[in-house]
Amino acid sequence: MKKRYIIPVLYIAFLMLPIYWLIAMSFKTTNEILSGFSLFPQTFTLANYKVIFTDPTWYWGYINSIAYVTLNTVISVTVALPAAYAFSRYRFLGDKQLFFWLLTNRMAPAAVFALPFFQLYSAVGLFDTYLAVALAHTLFNVPLAVWILEGFMGGVPKELDETAYVDGYSFPRFFVTVFLPTIKAGVGVAAFFCFMFSWVELLLAKTLTAVAAKPIAATMTKTASSAGYELGLLAAAGTLTIIPGAIVIYFVRNYIAKGFALGRV
Amino acid sequence: MKTQNNRGWFFVLPVLLLVAFNALIPIMTVVNYSVQETFGANVFFWQGLDWFQQLLNSDRFHAALGRQFLFTGLILAIEVPLGIIIALSMPRQGFWVPVCLVLMALPMLIPWNVVGAMWNIFTLPDIGLLGYFMNHTLGINYDMTQNPFAAWVTIVTMDVWHWTSLVVLLSYAGLVSIPDAYYQAAKIDGASAWSVFRYIQLPKMKTVLTIAILLRFMDSFNIYTEPFVLTGGGPGNSTTLLSIDLVKIALGQFDLGPAAAMSLIYFAITLLVSWLFYTLMTKDDAK
Repeated sequence: MKKRYIIPVLYIAFLMLPIYWLIAMSFKTTNEILSGFSLFPQTFTLANYKVIFTDPTWYWGYINSIAYVTLNTVISVTVALPAAYAFSRYRFLGDKQLFFWLLTNRMAPAAVFALPFFQLYSAVGLFDTYLAVALAHTLFNVPLAVWILEGFMGGVPKELDETAYVDGYSFPRFFVTVFLPTIKAGVGVAAFFCFMFSWVELLLAKTLTAVAAKPIAATMTKTASSAGYELGLLAAAGTLTIIPGAIVIYFVRNYIAKGFALGRV
Repeated sequence: MKTQNNRGWFFVLPVLLLVAFNALIPIMTVVNYSVQETFGANVFFWQGLDWFQQLLNSDRFHAALGRQFLFTGLILAIEVPLGIIIALSMPRQGFWVPVCLVLMALPMLIPWNVVGAMWNIFTLPDIGLLGYFMNHTLGINYDMTQNPFAAWVTIVTMDVWHWTSLVVLLSYAGLVSIPDAYYQAAKIDGASAWSVFRYIQLPKMKTVLTIAILLRFMDSFNIYTEPFVLTGGGPGNSTTLLSIDLVKIALGQFDLGPAAAMSLIYFAITLLVSWLFYTLMTKDDAK
């Protein structure tokens, strides 16, 4: 083993320590946590997980989160595909200005938008629905998806489009049966980043929901403040939020590093 | 070569409508509030630019802005060099590459409030792993609910933990795109490790580093959830960053006018600095 590998090894160890601590906490009883320090769980318990899987307010939190994140990913990638195609293939009036304007939405602090979003989505009757959170998250995910997809599409030679027209393909048929399969890695990477940023965001998701669509993260903050100090339960809920992300990363592991590298600046 | 074709607008239309709904309407709401005063019950009075003047002369805003720049400056100064060093020392191929990438990407996929809660549990003075280690093994008095310095060290460490991997992944993507021939040529010329880095690796990483720095700037400047869950802006106001202060004013005190004026100035600063970064870092390419 080369000497320089010590750096990534140390870095990964540093990354894993807090995660280990969270997982270890989730298997401890509240008594053990509060009574003092222990590196490993002394009385190993699954009670914390049992609470989450049997209490509807807990497990519905997960279902709600996954529902709006999936909806957001589908909407973001679907509307971003034609737009990214236009940016990568055509020059049109105001294209550069439009592209930059899209990116500025990625820079908007969520705290700025929280209150106006609440009023807007209440006014159109979408408050406390999956659709409201999914649409609100498109604010920062659509620009990102356009950016990533445009990079991948730019790498596909224009001759592909022209050959397809000569062969008599209509545009929609060409786009779906020829073009999409060529850039499927790009679609995967864009979907990954949309999933990621929607899954981790809390401020807007919490502002736009009350009961029916409340995300798991909001259930956690409520428990942290109302039910006293149930650290074990909180740790178990936190541990479970890591799992969907870990599964998604595993699927895109070979593309993840290329995601932004092919995007244009 | 791209074709000149205004049909492009037709393809962009769905995105345009969606983002306009999400961005223009809320921003206009904010602009509207920023020039009015309200005492509730939907009664508004024209206030002109008073809120902006008040804000620009307010010590509280200056302090929050100063803390925000300090925080963003610190995390950029740590994460960018550290990320490059880690990317340079990673293996380029083989079984361990996907293992490294998956493990490194993991922190980025944890919901932000869970990151805050996780670090809270990790740093509790007597029962957290780090807190126990600092207080009982090293004998350093470490309690971020009491000591502003400890709170700062903790939020900066948390952000380094959370986001350095983004810099690593992007730099790594730039590095693996360098053809082997470049390194062989450098070897024949007897180039030192430093010149290989300076003249081959760094230029190749420039594009991705621009993206990394821009994204890290935007996201750290807008950071809210993690420090809010971890420190709540305390002890005192010592870790009250801009977003935390804004939410306090808007939702805590319900001072819509001042909060709206602050939102606009905040957004304008983010835009301006991002634009400066972008122009400075891409200026050589334009030549």
